[in-house]
Amino acid sequence: MSGVRVLVGTRKGAFVLTSDGKREQWEVSGPHFAGWEIYHVKGSPADPNRLYASQSSGWFGQLIQRSSDAGKTWEPVGNQFVYDGVPGTHQWYDGTPHPWEFARVWHLEPSLTDPDTVYAGVQDAALFRSTDAGQSWHELPGLRGHGSGPHWQPGAGGLCLHTIVLDPTDPKRMFVAISAAGAFRTDDSGGTWRPINRGLKSQGIPDPNAEVGHCVHRIAMHPSRPGVLFMQKHWDVMRSDDAGDTWHEVSGNLPTDFGFAIDVHAHEPETIYVVPIKSDSEHFPPDGRLRVYRSRAGGGEWEALTNGLPQRDCYVNVLRDAMAVDTLDSCGIYFGTTGGQVYGSPDAGDSWRPIVRDLPPVLSVEVQTLR
Amino acid sequence: MIRVELPAHLRTLARVDGVVELDVEGPATLRAVLDALDARYPVLRGTIRDHVTLQRRPFLRFFACQEDFSHEPPDTPLPDAVITGTKPLLVVGAMAGG
Repeated sequence: MSGVRVLVGTRKGAFVLTSDGKREQWEVSGPHFAGWEIYHVKGSPADPNRLYASQSSGWFGQLIQRSSDAGKTWEPVGNQFVYDGVPGTHQWYDGTPHPWEFARVWHLEPSLTDPDTVYAGVQDAALFRSTDAGQSWHELPGLRGHGSGPHWQPGAGGLCLHTIVLDPTDPKRMFVAISAAGAFRTDDSGGTWRPINRGLKSQGIPDPNAEVGHCVHRIAMHPSRPGVLFMQKHWDVMRSDDAGDTWHEVSGNLPTDFGFAIDVHAHEPETIYVVPIKSDSEHFPPDGRLRVYRSRAGGGEWEALTNGLPQRDCYVNVLRDAMAVDTLDSCGIYFGTTGGQVYGSPDAGDSWRPIVRDLPPVLSVEVQTLR
Repeated sequence: MIRVELPAHLRTLARVDGVVELDVEGPATLRAVLDALDARYPVLRGTIRDHVTLQRRPFLRFFACQEDFSHEPPDTPLPDAVITGTKPLLVVGAMAGG
């Protein structure tokens, strides 16, 4: 019996939504960790019962929770994130040097092959790895130690490493994205990194074509084509066909190319999804209409998907980690909003239904396909 | 026996109901009590004080006997009423939310 498990992180706890393969009836469990900010919950591809959650609070700091029974029970594991060596400084909003300070874990990315190995993207931007199921964490300092590190500046949400993409065909290669430094790639398991931002153009920084300084919001990859990357940047939807060495814009006919989330159809590597947001100062859909846009051509040409989504008076946002796909034969798409709705489409975006309507603001959505 | 009253979220995390009772070896200072708390409940490490600097987290305060000990040096002795267990040491989260 196939099914799906949707892992939802919100401002006030985590929720687990489960359904069978039809994806019509849903069970909702939660809130787990009620009252805490859950930036991200993600399951191990190597063991679907192993989940990791980032739990944080302005009062009590960071915790990492681990489940080995698919979210029925949880146990807190290691929460000590210490930068390697002398932390040094990055640039503050006003351009002055500012010491690297750990604030929270934005994103947890479990290894594709080992349930006990998991990566953490943190604020202030750095990449950590645990090889003991979250008990202890060690920085991969080559990223922050890249020569550009002292020049990185925070985006509005802080200097955060929010995206980690693992290459399923090359265990030594991974991609990360940092707001507002840009995208980086390693080809030696995280030992060394290089910026991969050629082709990005960001107005508002001194050199619009700079090597670093771009506010990358999210990167997505189809596992069958790890050299092809899609990016939702602060403004602009971008595509790379050479593992990030160069990028070109594929915003095409989108009503606005600002946004946060981007994802790829599970079975069609050229079918991609974004949720256009009006602007960086108006974080809601244009015209009060919540529309997912789908391109079946890998970008450039986009169609609005509206069936079942509110088409008036809708002023929610969809954050960068709040969209995911399942891998059932008819690919399911899911996204959560800052208004507390989680929408699901069992037919690749043709039609949508709210799975839940009234959660706290949704920070992240991940999907596990159960077979 | 020293009694420590934790905020609700930390009681949930430590899986305790009500006041925590601790035996503290040596002089009963704020540092010694918090060290004993961390030792008894490792899950609380990092939630009250920073892991490395052991600085109080900014939105928490330490109160006892109607006095604020938050800004006292960590080796300041606690009041006798706390040391004897008559009064608890309060770990208090800042009120927020409007």
